[in-house]
Amino acid sequence: MNLRKYLKVYKKFLHTSLASELEYKTNILVDLITAILSLVGSIFLLSIFFQNNGYIGGWKFEQALIIQAIYTILNGITNTWFNPNLTEIVKHIREGTLDFVLLKPIDSQFFISLKKINPSGFLEIMLGFFLLIFCIRINQINLNLSFLSQSLITISCSICILYSLWFFISTTTIWFVKTWNAIEVLRSFLYIGRFPLNSFSFSLRVFFSIIIPIAFITTIPSEVFLGLSQLWKILLEVIVASVFLITSRKFWLFALKFYTSASS
Amino acid sequence: MVQNIIDVRNLSKSFDISSKEPGLKGTIKHFFRRQTKSLKVIKDISFEIKEGEIVGFLGANGAGKTTILKMLCGLIYPSEGSILVSGYIPFRRKENFLKNITLIMGQKQQLIWDLPPIESFYLNASIYDLDKFEAKKRIKKLSEMLEIDEELFIPVRKLSLGQRMKSELLAALIHEPNILFLDEPTLGLDINAQRNLRKFLQKYNKETNATICLTSHYMKDITSLCKRVICVHEGAISYDGKLDLLLKKLSPVKEILIVCRSEEDAIKLEKSGFTVKNKIKNEITIKIENNSITSSLKTILNNFDIEDLFINEPPIDEVIGKVLIKKDYDI
Repeated sequence: MNLRKYLKVYKKFLHTSLASELEYKTNILVDLITAILSLVGSIFLLSIFFQNNGYIGGWKFEQALIIQAIYTILNGITNTWFNPNLTEIVKHIREGTLDFVLLKPIDSQFFISLKKINPSGFLEIMLGFFLLIFCIRINQINLNLSFLSQSLITISCSICILYSLWFFISTTTIWFVKTWNAIEVLRSFLYIGRFPLNSFSFSLRVFFSIIIPIAFITTIPSEVFLGLSQLWKILLEVIVASVFLITSRKFWLFALKFYTSASS
Repeated sequence: MVQNIIDVRNLSKSFDISSKEPGLKGTIKHFFRRQTKSLKVIKDISFEIKEGEIVGFLGANGAGKTTILKMLCGLIYPSEGSILVSGYIPFRRKENFLKNITLIMGQKQQLIWDLPPIESFYLNASIYDLDKFEAKKRIKKLSEMLEIDEELFIPVRKLSLGQRMKSELLAALIHEPNILFLDEPTLGLDINAQRNLRKFLQKYNKETNATICLTSHYMKDITSLCKRVICVHEGAISYDGKLDLLLKKLSPVKEILIVCRSEEDAIKLEKSGFTVKNKIKNEITIKIENNSITSSLKTILNNFDIEDLFINEPPIDEVIGKVLIKKDYDI
């Protein structure tokens, strides 16, 4: 793979999608306001849960805020990259415009996963980081190299798991043509990621750890922030993320053999 | 000797198609127990195309022309048979193969809708690993050939269909491919835009010796661009050869309207042994076989007092229409 070429193409992707989005100023403004209100609303909801009970699943409100911060960062990444690109796969397949992608001398997964960005998602990422910094202060977390590397690894793994799940569902469009509902179900599960895994019953914990690994996405990185994480859990998240990433890639290449293009 | 750039052997393609009975009952049945059947849309076809050739694929809607083009450019996996395009197996979509080909579809677009076409050109240039200087040079050359200039800087959504199609062509040709697959490129364009597009394709073929495979329902596209046509009927090739030979075969006679000086001359001509279609006063229409036109006209001009004559070619659409409904043409 020619890295220089891919960087050049990605720079062009950033440029063209920013230029496209900036054509509609009002839309950007509405998106920015929605991002702020959504975060304020989520914190308010979380505070209601903790109002009568100081602890939920063994987590204090200040600790649960870390999960909210990580969720906000991941949701920002979702809105910046995954939502504009991965939902478009369904459209590409339904309308047959995937033809143009497949005939370009560039990796098709790279193209369809990164072609667009939604700049308003950046604000959500920034808000998430501000909230995380605030949480680090109120929880008096000691910032050292081990902590930083562990949090970076777990958050990167969370992004990989989230991307792979979404990409996997979108790929099934090649057979099922319409998969909007499945993506909506995935998004609904992600909302669950705002709450500590321990606050759920045993069966739900198993479901969200093994079947749909939402637990890996927010809870394990949050445990790292609170110094509660164990090394085996981090290693497990790395393995899960690698397996998901490789499987989604193989599945995409396999599915392309069944692509029939839309009729003209 | 010109080499084959496309080599297709015993190619077949089947699709699983689901069918549904009408009405609510049919819908419920379709939802719970979908019945699918395998449909062979391309049936054991073989052909070769030489470098620099312009070949037209003719056929009715659903005959399989687009499926053939999509298999040639590597979008659809063939069920049986082999394809070699420029020495590559298309479906493997190797980088060097993709740099050699392009696909232009009249009904689909790759330009970024909200931005001027120039942005899409530079994006494509980066995908094809062209530096800015080279991209600029190619955009300038192609925009001159396509006669577009200011349109390059206007958002695509504000361009007319003709301007958009020209921009689509430029975006698809920026990497200077030597094989062009064109699927109904003039669809929806007005007469002038169609003519300009054909002129451009002729010029491009002449200057670069690019091979062009074209499907179109506009006969003018086929007659002005393609010397050779491949007729597809229900997934099989019904004719593969020169277009003029096909036309001769399909319309072996020409109609000639002769205006005689007097009605007596017209009566004399009517009785002289030619096949007469009709006669109105001093005007008579006769049918003459293509291979005896010159000698027949010589006889008429020498023996009868003729004021004027008109040779009528049968409308090309009507002639080609026969190909679309007939299974086999042996010439």
